[in-house]
Amino acid sequence: MKKLLIPALLSALIVGCSSTPVDETSGAPVDSRSGSGVAPVTAGGLDSRGLPRELTDPKSVLSQRSIYFDLDKYEVKDEYKDLVAAHAKYLVANKGFKVLIQGNTDERGSREYNLSLGQKRSDAVKRSLTLLGAREDQVESVSLGEEKPKNPGHDEAAWAENRRADILYKAPDGRGEF
Amino acid sequence: MKMTPMSQIFHKILVFLSLLAATLAHAQLSVEITGAGANRIPVAIANFAGDPAAAQVVTATIRADLERSGLFKLVDPGGTTLDENAQVNFGDWKGRGADALAAGSLARGANGRMEARFRLYDTQKQAALGGAVYVTGNDQLRAAGHRIADYIYEKLTGEKGVFSTRIAYVVKSGGQFKLQIADADGQGAATALTSNEPIISPVWSPDGSRLAYVSFEKKKPVIYVHSLASGQRQVVANFKGSNSAPAWSPDGRRLAVVLSKDGNSQIYVVNADGTGVQRLTQSAGIDTEPRYSPDGGSIYFTSDRGGSPQIYRMSASGGDVQRVTFEGSYNVSPRPSSDGKSLAFVARRDGRFQLAVMDLASKQVQILTDSNKDESPSFAPNSRMVLIATEIGGRGVLSAVSSDGRIKQRLSIAAGDVREPAWGPFNQ
Repeated sequence: MKKLLIPALLSALIVGCSSTPVDETSGAPVDSRSGSGVAPVTAGGLDSRGLPRELTDPKSVLSQRSIYFDLDKYEVKDEYKDLVAAHAKYLVANKGFKVLIQGNTDERGSREYNLSLGQKRSDAVKRSLTLLGAREDQVESVSLGEEKPKNPGHDEAAWAENRRADILYKAPDGRGEF
Repeated sequence: MKMTPMSQIFHKILVFLSLLAATLAHAQLSVEITGAGANRIPVAIANFAGDPAAAQVVTATIRADLERSGLFKLVDPGGTTLDENAQVNFGDWKGRGADALAAGSLARGANGRMEARFRLYDTQKQAALGGAVYVTGNDQLRAAGHRIADYIYEKLTGEKGVFSTRIAYVVKSGGQFKLQIADADGQGAATALTSNEPIISPVWSPDGSRLAYVSFEKKKPVIYVHSLASGQRQVVANFKGSNSAPAWSPDGRRLAVVLSKDGNSQIYVVNADGTGVQRLTQSAGIDTEPRYSPDGGSIYFTSDRGGSPQIYRMSASGGDVQRVTFEGSYNVSPRPSSDGKSLAFVARRDGRFQLAVMDLASKQVQILTDSNKDESPSFAPNSRMVLIATEIGGRGVLSAVSSDGRIKQRLSIAAGDVREPAWGPFNQ
């Protein structure tokens, strides 16, 4: 199995119960970790899909994967530039990782024309990532058009949630979100 | 590529391929008539004689087909049974209001197969217009009824009937997508593909043996060609980026497709086996939804190269682009009719997406519906009816509309949304 390129400081550090079982007949109390007032933190390691937790832990900015667009707009808004930069930085530092960017639209209009409009959104995110140093072969931009809405509603709020590009990750060993 | 252990796959994609003949559909497509033609021809279909069970199926099929077409008014035969050789009292039938009468019989022939015989009469001329014999298997009685209805339709209207054709469509139900094929009356639905991811843009090969479609099972749009009889399918376009909007050339050898591999969405042509990709359009905008003209010489397509999505036409080799639509700011999904005379498309007017038909000679456009969300038009092979996907009461249904807007049928499924219709060709 190929070595995963995980930054050194994120080697598997799992804090948990590993005390030696005490012989009950000796009468000494069994040391129990539960309810000791210490919150267990899991740093590093891989999640169930084989992706580093840095990409999926809600506390990490890299777990934010959606860039939203205004109606009839296909450029990355200023408010998402830092997020895109963070993802670009990860890709530059972890050359074996790849991303799939899926562009989406709201439901109004022709499915095939919307597929092409969604493509413009994913292309915009790809352009930003490669300008910031990600390699061309690390990034594929595709479109789901109107076919996979985040919000199945039929109002402005739902449509706003559906006009977006999502970033999916794949680790060097092929495990991941696509 | 290293195989990811099944247990580790977060989103399992289940794709089942099933043989067309062997599968029973879970949900029946039901059809209701919501609009009829102006001057319907009054016709009586007598109860056919012979094998009672077979005769019942065949007679009922003929009546339902003619009624559904919106061009006929069924005259009650008053319980009369007539075989194809019976003496006909023309005055009597004229008196009941019938301009035409069909009589026939079902009987098992020497080789054990069922034979459906009939004659069609003109009650005014007091003469037979013709008749035929159709030999069929026991499970093909409805097919015999459809053939007879086609014959009657053609004799009385001068146009070919489409009762023996099939339609393809996608059903979305409970998070699953099924690509289904049914008879034009909605009966006999079978599932060609089941998937947990969307399926769009199905199109029939000209000989009716294959469907091309776009599947999202690989997390991106990929074009497949799928042989209906065997269930075998192959990937025809999976280039980097999106692959969509397939359209068959009239000789069935090539597909026009839309690829984003070289930047924005542009139109290419590829052999039906996926080899030999050639680029056809060169614009800075989006070019999509290609459809060949029936003579194969031109391709209609949607493009926003002029600033808004409109319909254009180019030569099949890619040059000589001409704009076709000029009214309104959104005209998409061009579908030329088989007879070369009309172009169906979707026009957005006042924010509402509606079925439109352009007469290609006069360039006149008629809006055929009063809906909000029409999409994906598909002409019947006789150029008279157009199938569209639309929404009624929040549910996805199909609507068949005649080219003059009068005849309307609604096709729906009880437990799901129907969309992406494709009307199949005449039987070869």
